[in-house]
Amino acid sequence: MTGFLARRLALALPVVWVVVSLVFGLIHFVPGDPVAQMLGDGAAVREVARVRHELGLDRPIAQQYAAYITGLLRGDLGISIRNQAPVWEVIRASYPATVELTVAALLFSLITAIPMGAIGALRRNSLSDRMIGVVSLAGIAIPNFALGPLLILAFSIGLGLLPVSGRAGAMSVILPAITLGGGLAAMTTRMTRASLIEELSRDYVRTARAKGLSETAAVFRHAFRNGLVPLITTLGLQTGSLLAGAVVTETIFAWPGVGRLTVQAINARDYPLAQGCILVIALSYIAVNLVTDALYALADPRIRHD
Amino acid sequence: MRWRILASGMTNRFFGRRPRRLLVWTGCIAVGVLALAGLLAPWITPYDPLHQDLAIRLEGPSWRHPMGTDELGRDILSRLIAGARVSMRVGTAVVLLSGTVGVLVGGVTGYIGGRLDAFVTVIVINSLMAFPGILLAIALVAFLGPGLDRLVFALAIVGWVGYARLARGQAMKAKTLEFVEAARALGASRGRIFFLHILPSIAQPVLVQVSIGMAGAILAEASLSFLGLGIAPPDPSWGAMLNDGRNHLFDAPHMVVFPAATLAAAVLSFNFLGDAVRDWLDPKSVR
Repeated sequence: MTGFLARRLALALPVVWVVVSLVFGLIHFVPGDPVAQMLGDGAAVREVARVRHELGLDRPIAQQYAAYITGLLRGDLGISIRNQAPVWEVIRASYPATVELTVAALLFSLITAIPMGAIGALRRNSLSDRMIGVVSLAGIAIPNFALGPLLILAFSIGLGLLPVSGRAGAMSVILPAITLGGGLAAMTTRMTRASLIEELSRDYVRTARAKGLSETAAVFRHAFRNGLVPLITTLGLQTGSLLAGAVVTETIFAWPGVGRLTVQAINARDYPLAQGCILVIALSYIAVNLVTDALYALADPRIRHD
Repeated sequence: MRWRILASGMTNRFFGRRPRRLLVWTGCIAVGVLALAGLLAPWITPYDPLHQDLAIRLEGPSWRHPMGTDELGRDILSRLIAGARVSMRVGTAVVLLSGTVGVLVGGVTGYIGGRLDAFVTVIVINSLMAFPGILLAIALVAFLGPGLDRLVFALAIVGWVGYARLARGQAMKAKTLEFVEAARALGASRGRIFFLHILPSIAQPVLVQVSIGMAGAILAEASLSFLGLGIAPPDPSWGAMLNDGRNHLFDAPHMVVFPAATLAAAVLSFNFLGDAVRDWLDPKSVR
């Protein structure tokens, strides 16, 4: 297992390097002078020169790159122009909200998808299976930026049950979590159903039934456990995507996380903060994928020996 | 007679059995309507999608305005039709650009193999795959600035990797097949083998990917426009319309409901079409 993890880490290192380099290069994609754009048309020439010097943009690109990498290794992501505070401090204040939302979305997906997928597989082609099929299809088709406002319309404005936006108490996370996790729940439902149907047709399940085990034991103790293994990969990969999806969901619900911070930084042309947010989300995505690989290898020993 | 039997077999495979046939027909018709709406938008919109009339702002659905009006009194149906043009333009451009680059890069690296393949796969493709697609698009558009061409460029940068991975896998499989070996034995050049034998064998799965890629590109454009990073106002975009509607959830919910339904229907239709194309090209996948 240690060897497997070491190999995966070694493979992740060049990816991290490219991602870091790409994020470093973003500011150089800005057409024209990024500092002039950050400060606006009315900025004094001296002010533009001062900020350019502060950001190190007046130095040769190789020096800028070296400074960026050494800064990163020390945990220094630069200074936010809008907040006049270290980027890392600003992101650290928002990060827990994003983690909370992502975990809530993941929990929502698991709580709804696994029972729905299991019902679909066990009552194949029944009315409940078809209804689950329609709901999961709708879940995949409706993007989160359409689902969010529709949920607000139904549950906040129509029924008055849940808050419209903000992060205050357990109730406020429900709608953002459903919005963010809706697509994943739909996808996981379909995967659970398909995977369970496949497992239920295998010989070991037939043997379990033939030796007199109850249907519940044959399904839940045997088929279910094996059927859930492929879900770990999908869920892991999709958890990473939830982090990126949080950019939209947090904007809809004014959820004070890194996603909303990214959009605010972009709109304010606070490029150092936007770069920092994008880097943190991308690195979190890579980290989640690594953890997924480890979990998958733990669940299925064949992966470790590939 | 033979071609008739063959054609009817292919048609049956495309449209499938009854419940499936309904979905495929729905998908095909919806994609057709969307494409037509996009093509004919300047002539078929009931009103000028940019025309503002504050006297009728936030009006609900009526005979005059079947989907109501927005905060500036613009007709929502006309804006949705004009938005279809934007979505189809972006979708087609992104799929063409990313598909061409992806198939060529993936196909060539998969066919040649060796260090070039290792570099492209390990460094370029894996790194870009390590970036969540929508985040990379947001990052590129945010730093490149607004504009349709920049939006297409950003989405193509994100999209080509999927095609490249697919094409690479197909090319690696195809180069070991007997007809490629035979062409090599007959003295065909690498270029000839690639363009005449490898590329056609990549085409089938790419066609499926194209249909799903259209849905992805339309969704990505709408996401970026929703965040204010895509199509600049006042030009209509489904994502931007949803964003406008968010501010009027209390007094004009139709501003959200119609663009959301249109977007979901478009995504679903392209996915149905993708499924149908897959079943048509690969009968083994039909269950």
